[in-house]
Amino acid sequence: MKRVLIIGATSTIASACARLWASQGSEFFLVARNTDKLEQTAADLTARGAKAVDTYQMDATDLNAHSLMIERCLASLGQIDIALIAHGTLPVQKDCEQDVKLALAELANNGTSVIALLTLLANRLEVQRCGTLAVISSVAGDRGRPSNYLYGTAKAAVSTFCEGLRARMFKVGVHVITIKPGFVDTPMTKGLPLPGPLVAKPEQVAERIVKGIENKANTLYAPGFWALIMLIIRCIPTFVFKRLNL
Amino acid sequence: MSGALESWGRYPRVMQQGHACNWSSEVPTLFRDVVQTQGSTLAYGNGRSYGDSCLAASDHVLQTPRLDRFIQADWNSGAIRVEAGITLSDILRSAIPRGWFLAVTPGTQFATVGGAIANDVHGKNHHVRGTFGNHVQSFGLLRLGQELLTCSRVENPEFFAASIGGLGLTGLILWADIQLMPIRACQINTSVGRFANLAEFFALSAELDPVHEYSVAWIDCLAKGAELGRGVFIVGDHAQYGSLEVDKRSKLSVPVTPPFSIFNKLSLRALNSAYWRLHPAQRTQKRSGYDSFFYPLDRILHWNRIYGRKGFQQYQCVIPDANAQTAIAELLATIAEAGLGSFLAVLKRCGEIASPGLLSFPMQGTSLALDFHNGNALENILFPRLDAIVRAAGGRLYPAKDAHMSGSDFRQAYPAWEQLEALRDPALMSRFWKRVTL
Repeated sequence: MKRVLIIGATSTIASACARLWASQGSEFFLVARNTDKLEQTAADLTARGAKAVDTYQMDATDLNAHSLMIERCLASLGQIDIALIAHGTLPVQKDCEQDVKLALAELANNGTSVIALLTLLANRLEVQRCGTLAVISSVAGDRGRPSNYLYGTAKAAVSTFCEGLRARMFKVGVHVITIKPGFVDTPMTKGLPLPGPLVAKPEQVAERIVKGIENKANTLYAPGFWALIMLIIRCIPTFVFKRLNL
Repeated sequence: MSGALESWGRYPRVMQQGHACNWSSEVPTLFRDVVQTQGSTLAYGNGRSYGDSCLAASDHVLQTPRLDRFIQADWNSGAIRVEAGITLSDILRSAIPRGWFLAVTPGTQFATVGGAIANDVHGKNHHVRGTFGNHVQSFGLLRLGQELLTCSRVENPEFFAASIGGLGLTGLILWADIQLMPIRACQINTSVGRFANLAEFFALSAELDPVHEYSVAWIDCLAKGAELGRGVFIVGDHAQYGSLEVDKRSKLSVPVTPPFSIFNKLSLRALNSAYWRLHPAQRTQKRSGYDSFFYPLDRILHWNRIYGRKGFQQYQCVIPDANAQTAIAELLATIAEAGLGSFLAVLKRCGEIASPGLLSFPMQGTSLALDFHNGNALENILFPRLDAIVRAAGGRLYPAKDAHMSGSDFRQAYPAWEQLEALRDPALMSRFWKRVTL
C-alpha cells in the first residue's frame, strides 16, 4: 500500500501506472485540469482496488495554485510515498518558431511548472525524510534536435533540475527518479508519423516506471532500449549533428 | 499515433485507418467527424474478429481499446459496469483476486467487451450458460446524432436484442453492465481422454456435458475411414480449493510473418497424429491453470502470423442436433479428402439456452471450427463443398469468423437480418454486412 500523488493524473502513462498501484491497494490524490476525466479515472482506480481516491482540479501552469493543492494532498494522504509528475503537452515545433508567446507557454507547460511543483514538493519531502519524487521528463531533453527543440529545452531543464535535486535529497532519504520515455502510443503523439517498431504501449512504459520507482532507479529510459539509442545520439559530434534532420 | 489495422485472419487484406477514442465524452464528436469525412465507420476493438466483420466499408474505424475503464464494480455481487474497449483479460485481472470470473469466455482473453457483445461470443460452457449476451444486463448505445440510449431487456429492448450479435451495426456500444460468476479458485479440474471416432464423441458429449461446466473436443481433421472424427475430449470445472491469482506467465511471440504458412500437408498430418498420441487413451484427471485451459493460444502473441503473408480463414459452423452427426461426418470426410487440413479443429455441442440476441450464432446442435491457411483451393473447391453440406443440414456459419459466405446463405441462415438492417445506424457499415446484404 502506497500513498500516491499524481499530477497530470488523466494522462495515459500516469493512469497506467496508477492502475498498477491500485491493484496493490494504494491511496491516491489525483490532480488534473478536467474534472470529468478526473472522476472517470478515480472510478476506474477504485474498481481496480484503490483503497481511497481523492481528486483535485488544478491547472499545473497556475503557479499560485500549487501550495494549496499540496496542503490538501497532505491533509488527504497524511504523507506522500510517491509523487508522480506526469503533466505535459507536445508542442508543434514549427509553430513555436513563429510565435514567442506560444513557445514560452509550452516552456511553462513542460518545464517551469514542473520545476515550481518540484521545489514545493521537495521541501515537504525533506521534512518527511522519505518518499520518491518521480518526474516524467523525455528522451527529447537529451539533445536539442531540430524537429522539437522547444519541447526538448523544457525537458532538458527538468532533467538537469532533477539531477541536482536528487543529489540534494539523497542526503535526507528522499529519492528522485527522472523518467525518460521514448515514443509512446498515447493521445499526445496522435497523428505523428512515428517509426512503428520504436513505439511502446503505455502499459509497457508504466510497468517499467513502477518497477524503476521500487528499485530506486536514478534515470530511467522507457523502454530500456532508448538508453542505447540516446547514447548513440549524444555521441554524434556537432559538426555531423548539425547537418542531420533528427 | 494510430497505425493501419487488419482483422485477425489478415484476410481480406484491407488495411483500416484507425481513429482512436480516448474518452467516452469525446466519442460523439469524433464519430460525427469521421462519418462526415468518410461517409460511414465501424467500431474496432482489439481486432480479434477473423474475417471482414470488423472492417469498415469506408476502411476508417473508431478504435475503442483506450475506452478501457471500469465505471463501477460491486465486488460483493459481481456486477460490473465497464467501458466497451476493456479487454476480458483486464476484467479478469481485477475479478479473479476477488473471487469472480467471466460467466462466459471465448478462446481468447484479448477480445474487448464491445466485441464480445457485438459478436455474442460463446465458450466451452455454452451448454450450461449460453452466450456472453446472456450475462449482459444493459449497455449504452450511441447512434449518430442521438442521445446515448440505455438498452436492456426492458429499456429499448429492440436495440438490446439487435445489438447482441449485431456486429456493431446498431450503434457504438460505449459501456456495458455485466454479471460475473463466483469462483473459489482460479484452477480448473480437468478430465481428458481420447475418442476413436465421431460416434464416440457424441456418446461422450451426451454423458459428460450435463455434469461438467466446460466441455470441448479437439479433432484430428486429417484422420480418415474408421478413424474419421477421432480426437480428444476435454471437460473441466472450477476447482473448489486453490488460489485466486492472476496468470503472470511470460508470453512468447511470433515476431515476423514468414512468407509462407508453416503448415503443409506433411507437417499437418504429423502434428495432428502427434497431438492425438500425446493424449491419454483412458480418461485422466488433472488440474490446470485457467489461462492454459481457456486461452492456450494467448500465450503466443501474434500467433496469426504463422499462416504466412496470405493469412488464414477460420471455418466455423453449427449444425442442428437432428443432422449433426451425419453432417459433421460429411464435413470431416470432405476436409480429409481435400487434404487441406487444419491443426486447430474444435468440436463443441451447443446447448438450448437461447441468447437475447437477434443474430446470435450458436443454436442447439454441434459446432465445428477449423483454421485453414489461405489459398485458391480453399475458396474455389473446399468451402463451396462445405457450405453445401451446412446448407443442406440447416446449419449456419459464424459471421465473426467469416470472410467468404455467400449473401444468400447468410440471409437464409439468419432470417432476422432484415430486423437488424432496419435498426442499423446508417453511419455504421462493415465490409461483411455490405458483402452479405447488398
